[in-house]
Amino acid sequence: MAEYKITLPVDEEKIRELKVGDILYVTGTIVTARDEAHKKVLEAIESGETLPVGLEGLALYHCGPVVQKKEGEWVVIAAGPTTSTRMEDVEAEFIEKTHVRIVIGKGGMGRKTAEAARKYGAVYTVFTGGAAVLAADAVKRVAGVYWLDELGIPEAMWVFDVENFGPLVVTIDTTGKNFYAEAAERRKKVLEGMYRELGF
Amino acid sequence: MSTRQMLVKGIVEVMRTVATRLPIDVYDALVEAREREENTVARRQLDAIIRNADLAATRSRPICQDTGMVYFFTKVGKDFPFLMDLRNVLVEATRESTFEIPLRPNAVDPVHERNSGDNTGRFMPWIDMELVKGDRMELTVLFKGGGSEYPSTLRMIPPIQGLRGVKRVVIDAMYNAGAMPCPPVIVGVGLAGGSDIAMKLAKRALLRSIGVRHPDEMVAKLEEEIMELVNRLEIGPHGFGGPTTALDVKVEYGHRHPASYAVGVTTNCWAVRRGMAEFRPDGSYTVLSRHIEGGE
Repeated sequence: MAEYKITLPVDEEKIRELKVGDILYVTGTIVTARDEAHKKVLEAIESGETLPVGLEGLALYHCGPVVQKKEGEWVVIAAGPTTSTRMEDVEAEFIEKTHVRIVIGKGGMGRKTAEAARKYGAVYTVFTGGAAVLAADAVKRVAGVYWLDELGIPEAMWVFDVENFGPLVVTIDTTGKNFYAEAAERRKKVLEGMYRELGF
Repeated sequence: MSTRQMLVKGIVEVMRTVATRLPIDVYDALVEAREREENTVARRQLDAIIRNADLAATRSRPICQDTGMVYFFTKVGKDFPFLMDLRNVLVEATRESTFEIPLRPNAVDPVHERNSGDNTGRFMPWIDMELVKGDRMELTVLFKGGGSEYPSTLRMIPPIQGLRGVKRVVIDAMYNAGAMPCPPVIVGVGLAGGSDIAMKLAKRALLRSIGVRHPDEMVAKLEEEIMELVNRLEIGPHGFGGPTTALDVKVEYGHRHPASYAVGVTTNCWAVRRGMAEFRPDGSYTVLSRHIEGGE
């Protein structure tokens, strides 16, 4: 287990050095997207439109923040991660088409995402779920927001300039290793033992 | 200010406390969990959780960006002057809280897929009302996050399985949930004949403070046995292992039908947003739940 400070955008080579269990703090641009914004980005790419922000080398954050407009500027009040599995169906394609290098969320992701991470050079990391004020503290500026009217605050795509955003624990690395999937495998044995204890 | 305005304002203040300050019982349980945690990554999660709770209270900011769905559990005196207007009062307080605290707008129309923008809508906030004697209102507020709602489970078990079957439903739900509901969690279990009743009781079970056992000895024992099983799964803080998956397990039950046995399971993430206050006829109130003060 190692700790890294990473500046975004980051290149593939650096990402391929990271291992499951490593802890990251990132500085630079991160972009939020939940279910709806994922769909939007993929639709835009499909129809050949230019994305409002180039995502190559950046971090994608599964987050629907609480924000407030003060004197014409957006202020981030709370911005912890949302449950990542909801994006499992589309994440592999998202990684392939946008070349984001770090995905930040909570709760883990599945086989398809792990495969895309291996193939295209990306990691999936976990930010402490619910630690929304800690996260908001690391956001220094809202650099932009897209699809706000159409999608509403939580689902819109927010662009944050962050400083030492973390701790992010790597749970999927570029070797195909998936911490949560392996932990679930081990846990399955414990569960089966419990079934026997209960007479099932 | 009219009495009605005072009442709305009071409810907004209670909602602010609930959104920004962890209940003391939950905070203490988290600190205790950190003390016994030996796994470095899991400990880092608990460090971040506790630091975040302190920061939120100090700055009066929502503990989590998912400020949840708004639930009100009310016991309203039949002579409480706003009884017939209570739904409107609670809707107004929700709307005002959304802009003032602020809360994230979380009410989405599932058919038209539009967010109402102010946490109100059809059956939102959800209001559970019980009529009691007197002229006061006891109001419990629960903000229920989406992540911890995700693993909610309902199963109709063969009654012959009894409590063994109940335990199996809970461990299955927790196994499937893994890190999703932001452990360490509180597990709420409802037992009844009707499916809807079991789910309702499971949610209500989350309102009981940590460490407070069910008054029925057998139910109290069941709570402890389920807790032991859940924690043996070693999911741990945010799925990073160790002995703390559930901070507590709460069971509530209602009489069932001879042929049906409904088991409802739901969880509350570590960011427990619950609080209780009593409102008097003049609009004044007293907060009955205890919350952390903050301070860095």
